[in-house]
Amino acid sequence: MTPAPLTWSTVAPAIAEIALTCAICLVLMVDVFAGERRRGLTITLTLVSLAASAALLIAYGQVGGRVVLFDGLYVEDTLGFVLKLAGFLFLAVVLLYSRSYMEQRQILRGEYCVLLLTALLGIFVLVSANNLLTVYIGVELLALSVYAIIAFDRDNPIAAESAMKYFVLSAIASGALLYGMSMIYGLTGTLALDELATRLSAGALSPGVILGLVFIVVAVGFKLGVVPFHMWLPDVYQGAPTSVTLFVSTVPQIAYFSLFLRLLTHGLAGASHQWSQMFIPLAVLTLVIGNVVAIVQSNLKRMLAYSTIGNVGFIVLGFITGTPGGYSAALYYTLVYVLMVLGSFGVILLASRKGFEADELDHYKGLYSRDPMLALVMLVLMFSTAGVPPFVGFWAKLRIIQELWATDHPVLVGIAAGISVIGCFYYLRIVKLMYFDPAPVGIPQPQPAGAARFALGLNALAVIGLGVLPGPLLALCAGLIH
Amino acid sequence: MHDLLSVLIWLPVLAGIVVLILGDRLIGLGRWIALAASLATLAVSIPLWTHFDTRTSAFQFLEHAPWIPTFHAFYALGLDGISLPLVVLTAFMTIPVIIAGWTVIENRPAQYYAAFLIMEGLMIGVFSATDALLFYFFWEAMLIPMFLIIGIWGGPRRVYATIKFFLYTFLGSIFMLVALIYMYVKAGDYAIASFQALPLTLAEQRWIFVAFLLAFAVKVPMWPVHTWLPDAHVEAPTGGSVILAAIMLKMGGYGFLRFSLPIAPDACRQLDVLIIALSLIAVIYIGLVAMVQSDMKKLIAYSSITHMGFVTLGAFVVYAILRNTGGVAGAALGMDGAMVQMVSHGLISGALFLCVGVLYDRLHSREIATYGGVVNVMPKFAALMVLFCLANTGLPGTSGFVGEFMVVLASFKASFWYAVLAATTLVLSAAYSLWLVKRVIFGAVSSPKVASLEDLNGREAVVLGALALAVLLVGVWPAPLLNVMDASVRHLVDQAVSTKLPLTAMTAVHGLPALPAGPPP
Repeated sequence: MTPAPLTWSTVAPAIAEIALTCAICLVLMVDVFAGERRRGLTITLTLVSLAASAALLIAYGQVGGRVVLFDGLYVEDTLGFVLKLAGFLFLAVVLLYSRSYMEQRQILRGEYCVLLLTALLGIFVLVSANNLLTVYIGVELLALSVYAIIAFDRDNPIAAESAMKYFVLSAIASGALLYGMSMIYGLTGTLALDELATRLSAGALSPGVILGLVFIVVAVGFKLGVVPFHMWLPDVYQGAPTSVTLFVSTVPQIAYFSLFLRLLTHGLAGASHQWSQMFIPLAVLTLVIGNVVAIVQSNLKRMLAYSTIGNVGFIVLGFITGTPGGYSAALYYTLVYVLMVLGSFGVILLASRKGFEADELDHYKGLYSRDPMLALVMLVLMFSTAGVPPFVGFWAKLRIIQELWATDHPVLVGIAAGISVIGCFYYLRIVKLMYFDPAPVGIPQPQPAGAARFALGLNALAVIGLGVLPGPLLALCAGLIH
Repeated sequence: MHDLLSVLIWLPVLAGIVVLILGDRLIGLGRWIALAASLATLAVSIPLWTHFDTRTSAFQFLEHAPWIPTFHAFYALGLDGISLPLVVLTAFMTIPVIIAGWTVIENRPAQYYAAFLIMEGLMIGVFSATDALLFYFFWEAMLIPMFLIIGIWGGPRRVYATIKFFLYTFLGSIFMLVALIYMYVKAGDYAIASFQALPLTLAEQRWIFVAFLLAFAVKVPMWPVHTWLPDAHVEAPTGGSVILAAIMLKMGGYGFLRFSLPIAPDACRQLDVLIIALSLIAVIYIGLVAMVQSDMKKLIAYSSITHMGFVTLGAFVVYAILRNTGGVAGAALGMDGAMVQMVSHGLISGALFLCVGVLYDRLHSREIATYGGVVNVMPKFAALMVLFCLANTGLPGTSGFVGEFMVVLASFKASFWYAVLAATTLVLSAAYSLWLVKRVIFGAVSSPKVASLEDLNGREAVVLGALALAVLLVGVWPAPLLNVMDASVRHLVDQAVSTKLPLTAMTAVHGLPALPAGPPP
């Protein structure tokens, strides 16, 4: 096969990745010359380059329908376009929220910005992956960047420990992924996801393919934080600096969603019955363990980690339905969940001061009397995550239950409904601490940080606005996956 | 004219947000805005009453706008004879709450008014939504302000009470949501009317009935899922208790009438004995429980449960009448009674909680034993409190009599024993209400603290006086209220006794080949 000539039209759909790569080089160079004193320049430059890349993506990256590039390694469609835009937006919010937190701890180095950008590049590669190799490159690029980011606060032994844990476990998961891919490649003879989908749907599945599938399910489950592959998640969330937790818990969710979508629902669509059977018990376990264990946590970051696990259970339920409606429900859930988690960790970042980490639940006692705005934002986010209208989290849960009913899964509907009542309790407890309890002495006032506060306010308004008028985002998600 | 319902919903919500933004520093202004907004809401609800066409059971003041096109869910509002009285009751009862908190609430007053105003809008939304998803949206959203009201301004065990309240209602509602989604998947949209028209097998109807029962029984509340109510009432601030008793409990009754009976008529017909049994247990057993309470608020809370038992009894007695007499004559009487009882209980229980609030503001005790001989120092207050207690026992001439009498009368047509058991409430409620009056109001002044009590101030007198007038008005002249409900109640009876099953299956289930003529479901 002769490679297609490289012209503008054959690379234009990949404009987001190209722009991002240029930005990485630029930030790296500028940071070297800017020196320690002018760290603000790096972060501003990162924000500007994110905005510029997003603008380029909007200008050149829109493809009507589905375009396959680079000999089938890479695919760009409207879904990818939207997910990449969301990636730019979410990363910019992450930077805004974490800036003053990192400055105070003197861990705002240029490499941090560069690593965030490479992680984003990894996410984009995954979003557009159309080949098992591209999938693996995306997964590894993201994972390697994340190892380094978690260990970034190198004088902090807990952070180093959680980075080590994540590295070891994640390496095993990557191994499993590669092993499963190699088996499937060996039995089907192709790495291209489109071709794989055709070959698998044509004939009966051999036991070898199923075995390979098991390894892939394990790897995907690990990345998502599905029980019993969730052990890394609470440790990483709690151990990493909060600004890093903010990143790890939000932007990569887009990538994990795409990993599931491109690899399992597209490439391995022929085995969808098999993998959904594997995921049903895992999803139930994830829902139960995530929500029940969250109740007994006394550390807010750890509680949110278990809450993430519980919510991942809902996302997996969306995939289990095996219908486009279910996948779009999972997409909606992912986007909405990232929006809510951004806000929750944003509150933790603003409530922390130099030398004080506001990560214990008790630190939120009487937050209302110390900082009404922050308490109100947290109230909105907690009720939203619990799935109470008029906030957007309600619609995410509703969508999943709707799709489960539509595909006739009454037991899963019952479990999902019951577990959301249990989950409600620990979100209510946060509201109780903030609003009903008196403030203890000795807890410092939250940070005034104006820009972050403004963004946080917009974040809460988005949670309310998308909750009262959920139509457009729901229609968008339904339109992206046919 | 055609946007009235939207104004009713969003005017208080927006006013609440404005009060919240003004904050505690500008609370002087905020209070007046809150009062003005609640008065304006009542004023806007008056044209609803005067322009209501009582000849038809169709929904009126319709509004219909796309909301979530993906689900075919609409921002659809409308009123019929069942929801109109409850909407007006909501608009009316918020005003006493705003006035009652005027000088009493010192802690975070802006949020207090905002919470009540926002809740008013959401409650009106519950009663006027004709789209099930919109209904659920308002139904659940309302929990948040109530959670905060009990938790922030409540008594010593407020945290326990409010979390119990929230989780109980959330647990009940989520299964209603599951049932609603199930019907959406079958019907293709969320309009309540299409759910009512949806053909469902008996097994489906049973599941749906149980899901609705969980949601509405918690809200009413029915025995044995009533235990959140005494806790919530005792710990809630006066205003919270008033809204809880006067409006929120009515949502359970409204739910039975709007959802359970028309959507699952065959399951209702099959399982009506369950509801009647639970209602009678509420009437008798909870009546006895009310008698031994030493806390005034708890006593009134238990009395609320017995009186709401009449609502469920009146709503579900229709099937027993059909079985006993072979016709539905008198069934409308039971449902009319249930509706009047809801309105009347809203007024009386609200007034009683305000009376307790008046005493509590002065002596900071709700214990019956603290008081005694209040009539000697607070004659005006005593007169009104005695009136409300008598209304609570169902004295003729007060609103309490009308609803209970109608329900007892309807029960007679169903079964002699239903009626006898229901009528024991006349004895029991007289016992606990009058004993309460005896211990609190009458007798010699029991302590120096009681001797120092001051009679009603102007603000309290206006509030309680207005409620007393309303109680007497409904009691002496219920005709306008019955007139408004009549067409819708008749339609509801037709829906309730119609069947969604094919003829053969229906005969097998109900043993009744012929049914009274009614519009097709």
